[in-house]
Amino acid sequence: MRRALGAVVVLAVLAFPLVFVRPFPRHVMIMIFLYGALATAWNVLAGYCGQISLGHAVYFGIGAYTSTLLAREAALTPWFGMAAGAGLAVLVSQAIGYPVFRLRGHYFAIATIGVGEIVQTIVINWDWVGGARGLFVPIKRPDSLVNFQFHESKAVYYYIALGLLALAVAATRRLERSRRGYLFRAIREDQEAAASLGVHVAREKHMAMAVSAALTALGGTFWAQYVLFIDPESVFPLSLSILICLVAVLGGVGSLWGPVLGAAVLVPLSEGTRVLLGGTGKALDLVIYGALIMLIAVFQPAGIVGLARRFRRGRRPAAGAARRQESAA
Amino acid sequence: MSLLEVSGLTKRFGGVVANRDVSFTVRPGELVGVIGPNGAGKSTLFDLITGFAPADAGTVQIDGRDVTRLRPDQICRLGVGRTFQKLRPFHEMTALENVMIGAFLGTADVDAARQAAREALERVGLGDRAAAHARGLSTGQRKRLELARALATRPRLLLLDEVTGGVDPGAIPGLVALVRELHARGLALVVIEHNMRVIMEISERVLALQLGEVIADASPAEIMRDQRVIDAYLGEAWRV
Repeated sequence: MRRALGAVVVLAVLAFPLVFVRPFPRHVMIMIFLYGALATAWNVLAGYCGQISLGHAVYFGIGAYTSTLLAREAALTPWFGMAAGAGLAVLVSQAIGYPVFRLRGHYFAIATIGVGEIVQTIVINWDWVGGARGLFVPIKRPDSLVNFQFHESKAVYYYIALGLLALAVAATRRLERSRRGYLFRAIREDQEAAASLGVHVAREKHMAMAVSAALTALGGTFWAQYVLFIDPESVFPLSLSILICLVAVLGGVGSLWGPVLGAAVLVPLSEGTRVLLGGTGKALDLVIYGALIMLIAVFQPAGIVGLARRFRRGRRPAAGAARRQESAA
Repeated sequence: MSLLEVSGLTKRFGGVVANRDVSFTVRPGELVGVIGPNGAGKSTLFDLITGFAPADAGTVQIDGRDVTRLRPDQICRLGVGRTFQKLRPFHEMTALENVMIGAFLGTADVDAARQAAREALERVGLGDRAAAHARGLSTGQRKRLELARALATRPRLLLLDEVTGGVDPGAIPGLVALVRELHARGLALVVIEHNMRVIMEISERVLALQLGEVIADASPAEIMRDQRVIDAYLGEAWRV
């Protein structure tokens, strides 16, 4: 049953661009895939390992800038830039990890905000990378996979973004079932207890950060190639870090599909309110968007995945009774 | 050679001396009880030995190797397991998954860890609760869970911080029997315990702490007659 449902969803997603040929629906799907991938990457560190980062825009920006600079300065294909960006993001994440992993909980989150602001400010003031003016990705014709630019149709971007999401989900799934996935969750639950059982807590946190940063950077390169213009305001902002976190939290942290579900709900909401209500000069779309987020936070903090679980539990009252019996025993 | 050798351990928290010049040894397979009133520095001593808090002075040796500056996970790797006074299960994980974390010290293979964890759960009598979430277990069951978790790391020395504390009286004999069984199998144990009946029954040697200092290190029978221990901890009712 689940398998069949999964197959239907996969087929529908693969066939989507064949049915919807206009740019907007494709754009919405691409954004779902991109944010789904970013939130999935974030989930590795925050959901599984319990380290709530609000500075992931740093890795997104590194991905975007690395590929763009390599394309401009050395005429290298963005695919190489994508790999290089992921590598650089890993290095930077390890350097950031040393000071911030000493902190716990809220203090860790605050420190990652601070690091994010520092990095954005550095880029704004760094002329060689375009400073506050940003960078245009050199336009290449004709459309080709090597150039990673497609001016005629969004269809290829669609499949690349889908591939990115698939990669992030596959990596998370693999991790979830490995020794490392268990250790991450133990650290999230209680890092002292984990350490007392021989878990090298710092090393595992650094590993979670590395995977998370690399996947996030891939999204950054994709974004640069998709919009062909980047500046510190668009790829390094705190608002992006928060949005990534929001998507994952809405969907359900610490679960494989939660972040993807979150993106599937939040992105159409954001794009929809923008199209319907944006441009009035009153930012009504953002007001509604914000109100919806508040409603979710108040009524369903465990996310959509939590809602689904509650629904399933509700249909199986026997499970609850068994639990009560157990606790009485 | 002694398995654990603690010498001159001192720990201050601001102006409070939690441990002052604490020295003692544990031989392989020995069971040492630790008693003392609240605030005597018992749990701090465990934290110093297992690397959870840095000592201000003194050394900890395992098999003659200085481990004073090692991290908790490194000390665990050397064969020293511990439990915590305030239980620290991984709440959102099942009992089996909790124990698997300990088992992963010996193997990277998930199935092998699962198997080892199952065996450890059986050993502490929690085999039938493997699939239950840790938060759904009773206090006594959680004590057993923490034991199983530590055992899964295959320690040679186990430090138990309050085996029976907070446990419903009916569950105490089972826990005590379990500790004895582990000891009988050759595991060395250091056990902090407030229940005097338990400590006198299981210990080969008892270490009494008061205000961070060792005031007695002797057999249970001698401890019961020790005037300083009676004054500091046991009270006149214990005079034989």
